[in-house]
Amino acid sequence: MSTSPAGMSIHLEAEVLYQSLLRHVRGWLVQTGQPVELVGIASGGVWLAQRLRVDLGLAAEPGVISSVMHRDDFASRGLASSVQTRLGFDVNGAHVLLLDDVLYTGRTIRAVLNELFDHGRPAQVSLMVLVDRGGRQLPIEAAWSAARITLPAHQTLQLARDEQGHFSFAVDTAEPA
Amino acid sequence: MKLNRNPQLNKNGELIHLLSTEGLSKDILTHILDTAANFVSVSDREVKKVPLLRGKSVFNLFFENSTRTRTTFEIAATRLSADVINLDIARSSASKGESLLDTIANLSAMAADIFVVRHSESGAPYLIAQHVAPHVHVVNAGDGRHAHPTQGLLDAYTIRHFKGNFANLTVAIVGDVLHSRVARSNIHALTTLGCAEVRVVGPRTLVPSDMAAMGVRVCHDLKEGISGADVVMTLRLQNERMSGALLPSSQEFAKSFGLTRERLQWAKPDAIVMHPGPVNRGVEIDSSVVDGPQSVVLNQVTFGIAVRMAVMSIVAGHSA
Repeated sequence: MSTSPAGMSIHLEAEVLYQSLLRHVRGWLVQTGQPVELVGIASGGVWLAQRLRVDLGLAAEPGVISSVMHRDDFASRGLASSVQTRLGFDVNGAHVLLLDDVLYTGRTIRAVLNELFDHGRPAQVSLMVLVDRGGRQLPIEAAWSAARITLPAHQTLQLARDEQGHFSFAVDTAEPA
Repeated sequence: MKLNRNPQLNKNGELIHLLSTEGLSKDILTHILDTAANFVSVSDREVKKVPLLRGKSVFNLFFENSTRTRTTFEIAATRLSADVINLDIARSSASKGESLLDTIANLSAMAADIFVVRHSESGAPYLIAQHVAPHVHVVNAGDGRHAHPTQGLLDAYTIRHFKGNFANLTVAIVGDVLHSRVARSNIHALTTLGCAEVRVVGPRTLVPSDMAAMGVRVCHDLKEGISGADVVMTLRLQNERMSGALLPSSQEFAKSFGLTRERLQWAKPDAIVMHPGPVNRGVEIDSSVVDGPQSVVLNQVTFGIAVRMAVMSIVAGHSA
């Protein structure tokens, strides 16, 4: 992992970061000492939650949450296709661990929190991510991130998953408008 | 020379009005159905609303009465957090002689964002769509004999929900196809979505042979028409649209084309039975079938809300 100026390639070992997340969540669950509901944010976060469930030997299917219904760019970008929110547990009084691949502006998390509260009133919500890329536009922070980097705004960073279930990061550079 | 593009789409090919299922691509139809799937579960939430149309105004303009369609549009808009204004135009300005476009201009001045239009004249929603501001959207809730696209889409949604996909399906549309905007909207949607076979079934006076040009199989015998069908869609016999001697009587129609429990056995054992409502029990369909285990008539109504939420939120997200 490295921080790079604009235009240079970023090398992020998604598998290494995932192992780090796994260790941290395992320790955190012991420390928390109460039932926690894992909820992945579509789509990268869902992959993380599914794999954590297997690696941690958890019985319950992790929840899936989508930001689509509460996005603040709906008026300019329209309605994106997305998987549906499926929580499968009573949100009222629940301790929820939100998982996502990349934390950037914080707007997705804001939308996801609204979505979560449409289903009930959780006791506590925490957020853990693989990569915190900076650039926050809202007062939202992750409780823990496996890596922190700085990326210029014209670059996008997204988790990818191959057929064997291995993770990698894709960095795209937008053409100047 | 500039080509006449589909008035429902903007220059990027995005849906800005829903006027007809005709001329919409499989991708657009599928996107509407997929989006509707997201909205079906909104009614199961503690907060049965999403904020997509917060601060927007939806005007229901019903120049022709329809309690069910208007109500489901109203529920759909309300669940999207829009403000809904119902105008019973049939009893107001139009009867005082105001022209359609004057009515629209006045309502636009009241800051409308979406017009949901039902009109007895085919094409009225097109006329309105051509004259509204770029940020205003028109959704056709039924125009004359022409189209009822949200009904066609909710029927397609219902079929996909129960049958999984369209690829190997035979759908039989039975009854008064001639007067039915529902049938036309279904035919366009289902053929585009890739249904293996769409049949239209009814007497020659109500199912003209030239309908074969729409890519459907025309049957004038009920047994032939519904044999082996996966979906049997009965249509309402539209007495109010009948002019001239198209039928000896509704009893005559029931005798040859009414769907009874015995006749339904000609279709596949797991066939679903649909009806756009309101039902004339004992005419196009027997009570034992409407209330029977193969009927999905009430599912259609429920899915109709989600499909209308999908349509309004998709058009509202695009600009002309």
